[in-house]
Amino acid sequence: MSTRIDEPVETLLSIQNLHVWYELRRLGFNVIGHVKAVNGVSFELGKGETVAVVGESGCGKSSLMKTILGLNIPTDGELSFEGKNLAKLNDAGLRDYRFEIGYVQQDPYGALPPFMNVEQILEEPLIISGVTNKTERLERIRKIMAEVKLHPVNDFLHKYPHMLSGGQQQRVVIARAMVLEPKMIVADEPVSMLDASVRVEILKLMHTLQEQHHLSVIYITHDLSTVKYFSARIFVMYAGSLVEKAETRRLLEYPLHPYTHALLAATSDPNAANAETYKSVPPGEPPSLADPPKGCRFHPRCSKALAGLCDVKEPPDFEPEPGHFVACWLYES
Amino acid sequence: MMNATQLLEVKNLKLHFRTQKGVVQAVDGVDLDLDFHRAVVILGESGCGKTSLSKAMLRLLPRNVAAYSGELLLKGRDVMPFTDEEYRQNVRWVSMSLVPQAAMNALNPVISVGEQVSEPAMLHLGLSKAEALGVAYKMFQHVGIPADFINRYPFELSGGMRQRVALAMALVTSPSLIILDEPTSALDLLTQANIMNVLKRIKLELGTSYILITHDIATSSELADEVAIMYAGQIVETGDAKDFFPAPLHPYSQMLMASVPRLRSESDPMFITGQPPSLMDPPTGCRFAARCPFRFEKCDEEPPVFQKGNRKVKCWLHQ
Ligand SMILES: Nc1ncnc2c1ncn2[C@@H]1O[C@H](COP(=O)(O)OP(=O)(O)OP(=O)(O)O)[C@@H](O)[C@H]1O
Ligand SMILES: Nc1ncnc2c1ncn2[C@@H]1O[C@H](COP(=O)(O)OP(=O)(O)OP(=O)(O)O)[C@@H](O)[C@H]1O
Ligand code: SF4
Ligand code: SF4
Ligand SMILES: [Mg+2]
Ligand SMILES: [Mg+2]
Repeated sequence: MSTRIDEPVETLLSIQNLHVWYELRRLGFNVIGHVKAVNGVSFELGKGETVAVVGESGCGKSSLMKTILGLNIPTDGELSFEGKNLAKLNDAGLRDYRFEIGYVQQDPYGALPPFMNVEQILEEPLIISGVTNKTERLERIRKIMAEVKLHPVNDFLHKYPHMLSGGQQQRVVIARAMVLEPKMIVADEPVSMLDASVRVEILKLMHTLQEQHHLSVIYITHDLSTVKYFSARIFVMYAGSLVEKAETRRLLEYPLHPYTHALLAATSDPNAANAETYKSVPPGEPPSLADPPKGCRFHPRCSKALAGLCDVKEPPDFEPEPGHFVACWLYES
Repeated sequence: MMNATQLLEVKNLKLHFRTQKGVVQAVDGVDLDLDFHRAVVILGESGCGKTSLSKAMLRLLPRNVAAYSGELLLKGRDVMPFTDEEYRQNVRWVSMSLVPQAAMNALNPVISVGEQVSEPAMLHLGLSKAEALGVAYKMFQHVGIPADFINRYPFELSGGMRQRVALAMALVTSPSLIILDEPTSALDLLTQANIMNVLKRIKLELGTSYILITHDIATSSELADEVAIMYAGQIVETGDAKDFFPAPLHPYSQMLMASVPRLRSESDPMFITGQPPSLMDPPTGCRFAARCPFRFEKCDEEPPVFQKGNRKVKCWLHQ
């Protein structure tokens, strides 16, 4: 269930050395520091390509995505879409850019305005983007509702969010993200609030839409077990940086970064034997991004840390095998 | 059958709520057994009545109760006829305590965590403040909180540490049974794994039994000696974890297990179409019938619980 990655693809999105820092102010006046939420992220995403960004709460996933969506201004670094540098776009250009990206947010229950019905929710982006013909708008709404399987369409058009189940609400969120026929979808934890029996249904739906529309997708999740059903590549994020980037199968079978090892070890499959052993997990919790550890940000929790190196110097990306990048001193060759 | 060593026996437990639209049958005839030093996991999807079941067992009831009945045998003694005062003195927190859903966000912000943990020991065991702090200190060690955290306030602690505080609070009175309502679902993966390790160790060291309530199937297997599957206010299957995980019996259990994406297998996960019935007006027959691929005529009648070896299943297929 993953996209082919052996054919050359045209680059859609290119990110170079992106930094997103939030200012920390005392009483709203002088800046006393920064929350370094995204710290030197680089990657390219091809047309029709799917990647998953995996990482724990607060590691900067949403900050990265909001920047890609043009909602945050990068502190440093470059972001280009179809070869155009976002920083150089004027307001109209930025507006058009936003219409190219669909956003499926983290929490379906908070994502939909309670006083609008499904038709109004889906019509809004069409109106904003300048589709003036009511008949055309309705046609497009019906088409996308059928695609996300909100059928019979007539039954759902006039329902309000509270009349829908969690899975149906998430379909509306997906329909809203898709209604302008974007080239790329950013899905921030699209299924984590849903029940197990519905999760797979939504992931499969997103996969079908991705294939049919040849969409590029960035899928943000903390759940490694769902990634292989959906994404060709995985980026592992820790404390503001992408610490490992590889093809999905390769990363799951041959993980390199100690943090990736820890994530995999902590992910259980349902099995009665699990109850008989302790899990080997690194102690502690992710660092504060306002005051991250020097050197490798994982070093205080890493059992393989090399004293005098890991706690001093930040590791760059190494490429121990083609297409497999890891920011860890163990792989300096 | 009565068993002298049985810690808990729940029979036909009901908890219904009155609302403007009708009566919600949140817990509707639950049977559950648990031995000493064992952990049972209650697995079920959102809204199936898991939290209500924990409240029914601890008799922590809201004002709008429409029905509350059944038998609740603790160490062989039915505590349902107890007055509220007897329940408070002998059951809640003394024999059985609770780590409520989202407990880590419900700690009192203006009291130090050491004091919060010692409070139940003063209140329910009648210990002096100094004695209670001593016990709290021991519990901090068991749950892996550094000793110098005892004077800190909740906001100074991470989510994982606050969850450990909530756990220490439930343990401080040395109950034989702790009910854990979604203890890890708001936590990060690695923090979750660390808490599961703590729960495993406490079970060994203190011999505590657990009822673990969760919708997270993979994580549940980290702690489960036994599994109980809850659907629409009822338990539809119970059995030993070793029997259940490889081969669930009830169609709902089978489909639920098949919906779990797995890291270490190539299986293609399935999903269950449709939705659980409303608990205000559940069907008279099998509550899973509308979504069940095996449904037959018999299913219009409510299935009783059938015994299969030492497993139980509420489905006509297993008659
Ligand atoms: N507008 C802001 N101002 C200051 N700090 C912020 C802002 N937005 C996010 N942060 C901080 O930046 C860090 C990264 O947050 P972000 O929301 O990007 O993480 P995340 O990986 O999406 O987390 P989650 O998995 O919980 O959604 C966090 O420490 C957060 O508190
Ligand atoms: N005090 C109450 N009054 C009326 N209805 C209630 C009350 N408490 C719970 N309910 C309803 O009872 C049903 C079961 O709720 P409960 O919280 O026990 O489910 P749950 O399995 O714990 O769900 P979740 O996984 O979302 O925590 C729901 O339909 C809920 O809306
Ligand atoms: S760079 Fe050093 S501390 Fe960081 S993950 Fe690698 S070995 Fe561990
Ligand atoms: S009783 Fe009938 S409808 Fe219910 S689960 Fe069994 S086979 Fe399916
Ligand atoms: Mg986020
Ligand atoms: Mg609950």
